Amino acid sequence: MARHIKIALVGNPNTGKSTLFNLLTGLNQKIGNFPGITVDKKVGYCSLADGREAEIIDLPGTYSLYPKSKDESIVFQVLADKENNSHPDLIVLVADATNLRRNLLLCSQVADLSIPMLLVLNMTDMAKKESIHIDVNKLANRLGIQVIEMSARKNEGLDILKNALSNTGLISTQLPGIDVSIFAAEAIFEVATKLNTPNNYYALQVLHQHEYLGFLSEKQQQEIEEIQQLHGFESSKIQAAETIARYRHLSTVLTDVVKVTGAERKFKMTDRLDSILTNRFWGFFIFLLILFFVFNAIFSWSAYPMGLIESGFTWITGYGHEHLPQGVLSDLLLDGVVAGLGGIVIFIPQIAILFALISILEDTGYMARVTFMMDKIMRKFGLSGKSVVPMIGGIACAVPSIMSARNIENWKDRMITIMVTPLVSCSARLPVYSLMITLVVPNKMYFGFISLQTLTFMAMYTITIVAAMLVAFVMKFILKAKERSYFIMELPVYRMPRWSNVFLTMYEKSKTFVLEAGKVIIAISIVLWVLATYGPPKRFEGINAKYQSLVKKYKNTKLTLQDSLVFDNLQRDMAAEKLENSYAGILGRSIEPAIKPLGYDWKIGIALITSFAAREAFVGTMATIYSVDYVGKDGGELRLRDKIRDAINPETGLPVFTFATALSLMLFYAFAMQCMSTVAVVYRETKSWKWPAIQFGYMTALAYVASLIAYQFLK
Amino acid sequence: MKLSHLNPGETGTIVAFTDLEMSVKLMEMGCLPGELVEVERFAPLGDPIAIRVAGYQLCLRKSEASVIIIQ
Repeated sequence: MARHIKIALVGNPNTGKSTLFNLLTGLNQKIGNFPGITVDKKVGYCSLADGREAEIIDLPGTYSLYPKSKDESIVFQVLADKENNSHPDLIVLVADATNLRRNLLLCSQVADLSIPMLLVLNMTDMAKKESIHIDVNKLANRLGIQVIEMSARKNEGLDILKNALSNTGLISTQLPGIDVSIFAAEAIFEVATKLNTPNNYYALQVLHQHEYLGFLSEKQQQEIEEIQQLHGFESSKIQAAETIARYRHLSTVLTDVVKVTGAERKFKMTDRLDSILTNRFWGFFIFLLILFFVFNAIFSWSAYPMGLIESGFTWITGYGHEHLPQGVLSDLLLDGVVAGLGGIVIFIPQIAILFALISILEDTGYMARVTFMMDKIMRKFGLSGKSVVPMIGGIACAVPSIMSARNIENWKDRMITIMVTPLVSCSARLPVYSLMITLVVPNKMYFGFISLQTLTFMAMYTITIVAAMLVAFVMKFILKAKERSYFIMELPVYRMPRWSNVFLTMYEKSKTFVLEAGKVIIAISIVLWVLATYGPPKRFEGINAKYQSLVKKYKNTKLTLQDSLVFDNLQRDMAAEKLENSYAGILGRSIEPAIKPLGYDWKIGIALITSFAAREAFVGTMATIYSVDYVGKDGGELRLRDKIRDAINPETGLPVFTFATALSLMLFYAFAMQCMSTVAVVYRETKSWKWPAIQFGYMTALAYVASLIAYQFLK
Repeated sequence: MKLSHLNPGETGTIVAFTDLEMSVKLMEMGCLPGELVEVERFAPLGDPIAIRVAGYQLCLRKSEASVIIIQ
């Protein structure tokens, strides 16, 4: 039986670690959880040359084992805890060959933990171009580990790496780096004895980071605290001394290994691009132009595939109703499951396009420039330049974006970012906007290419972003800073996007959306269908009896045109009355007084209730409710859009979906916290129910007030 | 002189840091005493700034650049 081996990828940010991960694992990857640490881990599988299966873990990029952000703190937590089931048997340290010394700092820290490792020098093609020559054999000898040259982008050296992985024995061979015992001899000795480890560096790291290490018992934490106090352990001072000692050691290691270090090199291309893209006058203009392009792409490129999917589902429903035996089960399948499923599948094109474009912006290095340009503005609102990435990501989905806020080092900046990110219009609001805008905004074009509908979309997004900034500004004065904020960040050189990465991101995100959101939506659709089809038996019996006597006279007689119209009307009235008296109807009716001032009827009320689990449920709910209720004029199946357009308010005889109602509904969905996944992720990230509760409260209040004002002014 | 006093295009050599905590982070990112730095550009609003150090581009706020003493 081939043994399973765990390999962790460790390295600085921007070293091509993720490219290497994708190269090794391809589509065979998944997002999991680190046990005991509430952070997602990227895991993939690959078979090695000797037939063994390797589990590859992609650890967050970091410049040192001393974490500056929540994300980075995972690296040492995983490497330190032998009991953690993500603890690697082998570490692959990925280093950027064009900037070897800085990359080897992390390498020398990791090496001193005595876990078996090998070193991958990535981007050797770039290094050659810059005429940086590295003597690989000498380097390997000096470090005592295998060194492999690669260019993950160009797919060079993968076979050599795979061979090396299967040939590496699981014994650490690295030569000792620096002697850390000189920094705090007694404290290190005592901790090493307490933890029963022969490794001085491990003991020193634990001294620095023990508060973040969940695997230490409370008693151990206390003992380490006491040791620190007894010996006057000064964390920052010792870290500085260690870093200097490591660089000194590395100068010796790198003597005669690297001839040209590349420290003098200039990046002509990057420089030229930066002088335009971060230009004082053009910088923001180009950024806005790119954002506009992204929006336009999401809507115009997706129109055709979405139309196909929509008519596909309409066809399936129609075909099913014709050919399946009539009965409760067919109805449940077609009006519950298929209608709900259609509501999700239709958004795949938009989500795929959005995620593809965002990953291109990140991959090329442009996103880092946006961060750089926006920092000063964002700081005024209590955020950091790094908040831009979660907030732009929020256009796609708040859940991964809130998690990406982990790389914001400062607690206050990070909390405010987490609190306002769900306000940014995510892709789940798209369906609601889409449906409402196509209903009430005419499809007009200005100058032949700017469509009025796209402009309305952009306005909705702008409103939510402005709201997010204002809320951030208010929170800036409420929250107290715990530590100072800083913004020290690498600006990577511009590169062409790696299309396979873009494709993988697109695929992974769409898959996650369909599976995760899909589960919830289908469940809701089925429950909803049941609630909308059944009601208190007494009421239903009454309705049945009432209509049966009315319909009776049309049975078994030849119908005139007049009669069949009356008959159709009766059927429709019966369906409507049943829906109104179903459990869903009763639920919707019960909240009607609260939502009437916003311009909603009880049917929209049902959709609001189901949307509190996930906004995506809105269109599915509307589809289910209007399918149950609707008896087509000519017996044919109509598209959802037309069914909703035809909806009439029985009290006034006017259409339900006026401009005022549609706008009020869009505003409600823009501001309300209607996403269980976001609530859950905020809880996970903040480790307290206080934050999600505050967020839920302020967002719902904001939604109600905004919709109320909009409807009352426009109706 | 402080790094924050330089204009785009000007260079200096790092001598020391005035802030211990910040110096750890900066040194980990390759800003070591003895290293040559060049201010490449300012952000459109004048802050943060982008510098070239140890063969790559780093950006930091002016307040952070002011803890780096240069020659």
